[in-house]
Amino acid sequence: MKTLCLIAAAAIIAAAPALAADEDTLTIGMTMSQTGALNVDSLALQRGAEMWRDEVNDAGGIKAGDKHYKVRFVTYDDQSQGGRVQQLYTRLIVQDHAQFLFSPYSSGLTATAAVISEQYGKIMVITGGAEPKTYELGNKYLFQVITSADHYLSGAVAALKALNPKPRIAMVYSDDPFSKAVLSATKAEATEDGYDIVLDESYAPSTTDFSPVINKIISSGADAFMGGGHYPDGATLARQLYDQKANLKWVSILVAPDSPQFMTLGPAAVGITVPSQWEPQVSYKPQFGPTAEQFAKAFEAKFKIESDYHAASGYSGGAILQHAIEQAGSIDPEKVAAALNAIDVTTFFGHVKFATDAKHHGLQIAHEMVLAQWQMKNGQLEREVIWPMAAATAKALYPLH
Amino acid sequence: MLGIFASIVDGVLVGSVYGLAAMGLTLIWGVMDVINLTHGAAIVAGMFGLYLLTNALGLPPYAALPPVLVAGFAVGVLLYWIAVHRMIGRPPLMSLLSTFAVNLVLIGLGTAVWGTVLFNVAVTLPSVSWGRYTFPGTHILAAVLTAAIAGILYLFLYRTRLGKAVRAVAGNREAAELVGIPTTRVLSLAFGLGVALAGVSGMLIGTLFPFTVLSGDAYQLKSFVVTVLGGLGNPTGALLGGIALGLVEGLATPFMPVSWTLVIEFALFVVVLIAFPAGIFAFRRS
Repeated sequence: MKTLCLIAAAAIIAAAPALAADEDTLTIGMTMSQTGALNVDSLALQRGAEMWRDEVNDAGGIKAGDKHYKVRFVTYDDQSQGGRVQQLYTRLIVQDHAQFLFSPYSSGLTATAAVISEQYGKIMVITGGAEPKTYELGNKYLFQVITSADHYLSGAVAALKALNPKPRIAMVYSDDPFSKAVLSATKAEATEDGYDIVLDESYAPSTTDFSPVINKIISSGADAFMGGGHYPDGATLARQLYDQKANLKWVSILVAPDSPQFMTLGPAAVGITVPSQWEPQVSYKPQFGPTAEQFAKAFEAKFKIESDYHAASGYSGGAILQHAIEQAGSIDPEKVAAALNAIDVTTFFGHVKFATDAKHHGLQIAHEMVLAQWQMKNGQLEREVIWPMAAATAKALYPLH
Repeated sequence: MLGIFASIVDGVLVGSVYGLAAMGLTLIWGVMDVINLTHGAAIVAGMFGLYLLTNALGLPPYAALPPVLVAGFAVGVLLYWIAVHRMIGRPPLMSLLSTFAVNLVLIGLGTAVWGTVLFNVAVTLPSVSWGRYTFPGTHILAAVLTAAIAGILYLFLYRTRLGKAVRAVAGNREAAELVGIPTTRVLSLAFGLGVALAGVSGMLIGTLFPFTVLSGDAYQLKSFVVTVLGGLGNPTGALLGGIALGLVEGLATPFMPVSWTLVIEFALFVVVLIAFPAGIFAFRRS
C-alpha cells in the first residue's frame, strides 16, 4: 500500500509542471455556442477572436513590459444555455486558470457570465452582449467593445426620418433581454421624433409562424417595421413579410440580416435593413491593427466565408485587450483594468471608449452603429451601407413597395 | 373585421399541417402505447429531405413529397426495430427514454453536419389576396395536401385489410394475434407510417418557413397539444385538433399580444387533459 501511495505521489509531482500554465502563455477563457440556437452568430464571433489570436502568436505574442506572452484560448460549448455558461465560466477560472475572459454570445448569456467573472475579479471583454443593464450592477471588470442595445436602431430611426418624416411604425420583437432593450430605447427615440407607433408587441423567441402577427401589422396600417431578435426568428419574419405581401415601405430587422446566410431568402431579403456594428466598407482610420479592408480580406482568406460584424467584434475584442496589456506593461488585472478604463482609441472596428463612472462602468460610449441594406446589384444580393450618410456606399432603397 | 377573418383562415391552413404532424404521433400511441420522442427529429428530417432534394437534385419542391414519404416509412420501420421493439409491453418510461435517446443522437448528428444555420427553400406559388390580406399559395397547397394525405390514411385504415389489421392490433393485440394477424410486423408498419407522416409534415412546413436542425422541438410540442386536443390515439381527431389549434391561435392573436399564444395553447392543453381526457374530438374508436 505504501509503495502504491509513493508511486501515486511521484506521478502527481511529475505531472504538476505539465498541468501548471506556462508562465509565458496568456490564457483567455470563453464559452461559445457551438451548438444550439445561437450557433451562427457565436461561431462568427469565435472565428474573429481566433484570427486575432493566430495573428498575435505569429507576430511573437503580446508584449507586456519586457516579456512576450503567447495567447492560448480555452473554449467550451455553452450549447446556447445560460445554465452551462454559469458552470463553464467557473470552470474556466477555477480549473483552467484563465487570466482573462471573453464573453459568450448574446446579452442573456453575457449577463450570466458577468456574475461569475465579477465574483472572481476577472476582466471580461464583452463582444457579444449589447444589453446595457448588465453594466448597471456595480461591476469593475466588464468592458463592452460593441455599441450597447439602446443605440442599435438609432441609425434606422434617423435614416427613416430623412426619407419619411411621418412614418407609422410597427414594432414587433423577440421577448428576450437584448431585443426588448433595443426596441424600448427605439420607441423612446421614435416617440420623441413624433413618429406614430401603431403596434408594439413582443413574441416568444421560439415562435415559428408569424402569420397572425403579420396580419396584425397589416391591420395596423403600418408603413414601417422595426423588430426581430436573433437569427431564426428574424429570417422567418423577413420571409413571411414578403410571402404575405405586408406592403411595408421600410423594414429594419435586428441581427439576422447581417449574416451572409440571409441571402438564401432571395427576393424576400431585398430592401431589408439591419443595424450593424461594422461593415467591411467602413473607412475608420485605425491607430493600430488592420484596416477594415485588410481584416475582411484576411478573414475571407482564412475561413473561406465573408466577414460580418460578429467576426469583426470578436477580433477587435482581442485587439483592445492586447492594446491595454501593452499599455499597462503587465498582465496584472488591476493594471490592465486601469489601462482599459483609460482607453480611447480607434481601430478598424471604430471608436472605442468605456464608461468609467460607477453606475455604468464598462458600458461602450464611443462606438457607433451603421445601417446596412440588402440590395440587388447586377442580379446579386449585396449588403450596402446606407447610414450614416458619410459612410454610405449606396442610396437607400425606399419605398420597398 | 377582415383582419380577424384573415387571421383565422391562416390559422386553420397552418393548423392543418400541425394536425398532420400530430397524426403520426397519435397513430403510434394508439397502436402500441409508445410516445415517440423521435417525432421532432422526424419532422426536421422531412425539412432537410425537402432541402436536399430541391437543392442537390433540383427537384421541384412538391415532387419531394413521395420520396420523403417512402424514406420516412423505411427509416420509421428501422427505428422500430432499433429502439422500440424491445420496449413494447414494458413500462412506458422505457420507450420514452429510448426514443428520447435516439432523438438526441439524430439531432446531434444533424448539428454536426449542418450546424444550426438556417435553411430556406424558396417556393413560388401564386397567392390569394383579399383586401389588404394575402394567403400565400404555399399555405393553401400545404392544407390541401394535408387533407389529401389524411383522406388516404383514413381509407387505408378503414377500407384495406392491412389497415383493419392495424386497427385490430390497436384495439386488442392478443385477440389480433389469435386470429392470425402478424402483430409485430403490423407494429413496425404503424411506426413506419407514423414517422412517414411526421416527415411529410416537416417537408410541408419546410415549404412555408425557414428552418434549422433545432426546429423540430417547437413542432413536437405543438403535436403534443394537438394530440391531446384530438384525443390520444385518434388520427382523425389529431387533424381536427390541429385545425382547432390553428383556429384558437388565429382567433386569439388579433385581441391580445402574440406572446400570449403559448400561454393559451398550454392552458388549453391542461384544461383538455383534465376536463376531456379522451380529447374534445373523442369519436368512438372502432
